[in-house]
Amino acid sequence: MKYVRGFFAFWYDFIVGDAWEVAAGVVAALVFIGVLIHSNQDLAEVLGFVFVAAVVGIVGISLWRE
Amino acid sequence: MSGIFLLTASFFASSVEMVEALTIILATGITRGWRSAFIGAAAGAAVLGVIILVLGATITTFVPLDALRVVIGGFLLIFGLQWLRKAILRYAGLKALHDEDRIYQAEVQELAKVSPSGAGLIDWVGFTVAFKGVLLEGLEVAFIVITFGSSASDDSVAGFSGIGLATVGAVLALIIVAIAGLVLHRPLAKVPENTMKCGVGLILTAFGTFWAGEGIGIDWVLEDVTILVLLGLYAVLSWAAVTALRRRTLVGATA
Repeated sequence: MKYVRGFFAFWYDFIVGDAWEVAAGVVAALVFIGVLIHSNQDLAEVLGFVFVAAVVGIVGISLWRE
Repeated sequence: MSGIFLLTASFFASSVEMVEALTIILATGITRGWRSAFIGAAAGAAVLGVIILVLGATITTFVPLDALRVVIGGFLLIFGLQWLRKAILRYAGLKALHDEDRIYQAEVQELAKVSPSGAGLIDWVGFTVAFKGVLLEGLEVAFIVITFGSSASDDSVAGFSGIGLATVGAVLALIIVAIAGLVLHRPLAKVPENTMKCGVGLILTAFGTFWAGEGIGIDWVLEDVTILVLLGLYAVLSWAAVTALRRRTLVGATA
């Protein structure tokens, strides 16, 4: 059990690191925007701007929390 | 175009991590003997090579391109943002800069406390510390080489493309850092680690945004040129963030 916990702790630390909100925010943005595009293909161009704004917003919030 | 960025990102990311690994190898070599340090480091590098080879081949062979772009692009974006975020915090003075000299002294003191282990050829403490140092520091490089390389598989530089090209960047960095370490025989404290980390973070974030976006179906208006625009935008915003955070820290200190 100790090794399993250690294994997951290592990968969590490796990918998520000390800013979980960045990883969670990126995944949420990808899922949300992906669903929107698949429900309406006409939005495929506009949502590019929304995605970039979301990425900038996620890092901005994460930095401001420091 | 992405071939050059792939080579650059891989080279600088590898350089940063190898400078950190070199500090550990030097400390191990001086305190526990060079034979154990070199064998440990070589074993760590060999394991990294196998990870890149096996994982890289598996990903590019069995995962469909669209799924690859969204998953790998997403990982690349998260990874790039973590590097960029740390670099911004270091520039703003909210996180300590890496001090290779201090890390080296601490490592030497720590290793000198432990009595020699293993009769004869190999000191196992030295071997383990060098092995773990190279493996753990290099894992981020392996991750970048695999994710970046498998997504940018089309463009080639000097006959190399994809994961092969990213590996060339990593090997070049290994050679240069190893030569510098052999010549100087002390930690490379003067390498601008934070600037290099910031540059790599920007490249990974721009490409990660582009590929992950393509993977979920975004039509980038400027097509491939979008990557350059994203690079510029993220660079300007990072600079603005550093300035704003520095100002906030100054105001907080004087209040």
